Amino acid sequence: MSEVTVKKLEAGVQVVPAKKVNSRRIRLKRALPLFIMMMPGLVYLLVNNYLPMFGLIIAFKDINYAKGILASDWIGFKNFEYLFSTRDAFVITRNTILYNGGFIILNTILAIAVAIMLNEIKNKLAKSFYQSVILLPFLISMVIVSYLGFAFLSEDVGYLNKTILPMLGLDGISWYNEAKYWPYILTFINMWKGVGFLCVIYLAAIIGIDQEYYEAATLDGANKWQQIIHITIPSIMPVIIMMTLLGIGRIFYSDFGLFYQVPMNSGAIYDTTNVIDTYVYRGLMQLGDIGMSAAAGLYQSIVGFVLVLLSNYLVRRKSKDNALF
Amino acid sequence: MYKSDRITQWVSHIVLTILAAGSIIPFIILLSSSLSDEASILKEGYSFFPKEVSLAAYEYLLNNSSSILRAYGITVFVTVFGTFVSLAMTSFLAYGLSRRDLPFKNIFAFLVFFTLLFNGGLVPTYLVYTQVFDIKNTIWALIVPGLLMNGFNVLLMRTFFMTSIPEPVIESARMDGAGEFRTFFSIILPLSLPILATIGLLQTIIYWNDWFNGLVYITEPSLFSIQNILNRMLSDIQFLATSNLGSNTSTAAAQVPTTAVRMAIAVIGILPILIAYPFFQKYLVKGIALGSVKG
Repeated sequence: MSEVTVKKLEAGVQVVPAKKVNSRRIRLKRALPLFIMMMPGLVYLLVNNYLPMFGLIIAFKDINYAKGILASDWIGFKNFEYLFSTRDAFVITRNTILYNGGFIILNTILAIAVAIMLNEIKNKLAKSFYQSVILLPFLISMVIVSYLGFAFLSEDVGYLNKTILPMLGLDGISWYNEAKYWPYILTFINMWKGVGFLCVIYLAAIIGIDQEYYEAATLDGANKWQQIIHITIPSIMPVIIMMTLLGIGRIFYSDFGLFYQVPMNSGAIYDTTNVIDTYVYRGLMQLGDIGMSAAAGLYQSIVGFVLVLLSNYLVRRKSKDNALF
Repeated sequence: MYKSDRITQWVSHIVLTILAAGSIIPFIILLSSSLSDEASILKEGYSFFPKEVSLAAYEYLLNNSSSILRAYGITVFVTVFGTFVSLAMTSFLAYGLSRRDLPFKNIFAFLVFFTLLFNGGLVPTYLVYTQVFDIKNTIWALIVPGLLMNGFNVLLMRTFFMTSIPEPVIESARMDGAGEFRTFFSIILPLSLPILATIGLLQTIIYWNDWFNGLVYITEPSLFSIQNILNRMLSDIQFLATSNLGSNTSTAAAQVPTTAVRMAIAVIGILPILIAYPFFQKYLVKGIALGSVKG
């Protein structure tokens, strides 16, 4: 019996006489309305999250729809053997980690720079205007982003091929068929879409810094740059570390839309656009290679889980308050 | 010192102006191209200013407006209904978890929390929803999978309940004879409007923008949301004309100003968000900052 319950009993809140023996049942009975309230959410988690977790066993099966999923034959690690014997496994792992790693670093740097500059702007209206506009791409779905990308990259009518490149005296490029440009394109688009969001977080952290530090530094003759390096950055370091570690915890998961929609699912550039999420999707929906797809999915789930635990452990060592658990 | 301040102001203004322009420019190209004459686009490409203004693309969309309106209707229904159910489920569960006297509280909290750490991924989720629940090509496919509730929002809201609603308030409600539901609806909810607004707004954006569920679970064009139509038209520009949805089947494929229509449909897809943005911008910024604090 918890302390709280004892207190309530003492306060005479509970109508039923408090006999210690059946107090647990009384609590349960009284909590029934709460359980009823929680039921829809819990059922949803069961269906949406827990059933699929158990469904991960299909990675060890030779799925045969005719037999049904549960009745399909067990084949042990065969699916994984196939997966890791292909070059795909290496390519998708490399792409996933390099892209997401690059995104974490570049987006963090740019977002902090923008947040610092926004914080410097004295004119309230201008500040709010800049922030709103830079946050705008965050609101747009990846499908719309692919249209915007297409307006620039289309081979026949794109802005780059028809306006920019001719201006520089260069020939048009078949963007959707040339793998080598995509690391830059995807990184750029990811920054364009994501920096505004991250910037809001860092700006909130910067606004929270005690102004007295800056006043003292100004009195000591520190210039803006020195104040940024010695006050602003160290003060928001906990947020930077936390956001970075959260990013690392999710480094095995990619923005499916960015890697599937924006390159318009063009096969010629898979080498630099295929990540685990797109691989799993194509295996399941387009190639019907469900075993391989499930194996890649389980690989992602497990490594992702380990990374989350690891990054949380690191946050925890740094600061308990910021740890997820 | 005064001078260094002025320089910082100037540098910040210049850099931010460039970045803000960079954020908007793609939208301007989109708009301008949608208003351009088809022949001029084919010759000059998409550009900032329409060389020859033409509304042909919008006329074409107007002729096929029944399917677009239908898709808008589906998007609006999914967004409103999904957000509403999502808020109800999230706040119910979060409220239960926030009660210190809830039996098995830690077990329930762990069940919610664990979903943030580990998930089954696309393949088993797809099989559960299609094989067990047969959700394919139903409106539920656009609402339920993955979007309806997530553990993060539940924990965010639980933290709000625990920190912002004093326990004595709940106690006194019970003393006055209010049941759990009555307490929740007449006391907890009115005190929780800020967090409800924040999560509601984020859910609205998520539902409005979602195309993934439609891509995976919907093959029947009559159930397409506006995002799914956009998605489909990116690869198949004739989609509106060829799908049986088109009201005007006489529009011959050859007459379709495809390159301009592509951009016009995207404009139609963005417009509602752009119009609503100034009104919810403030809450969005607050919501993002709030999520990070407790992230």
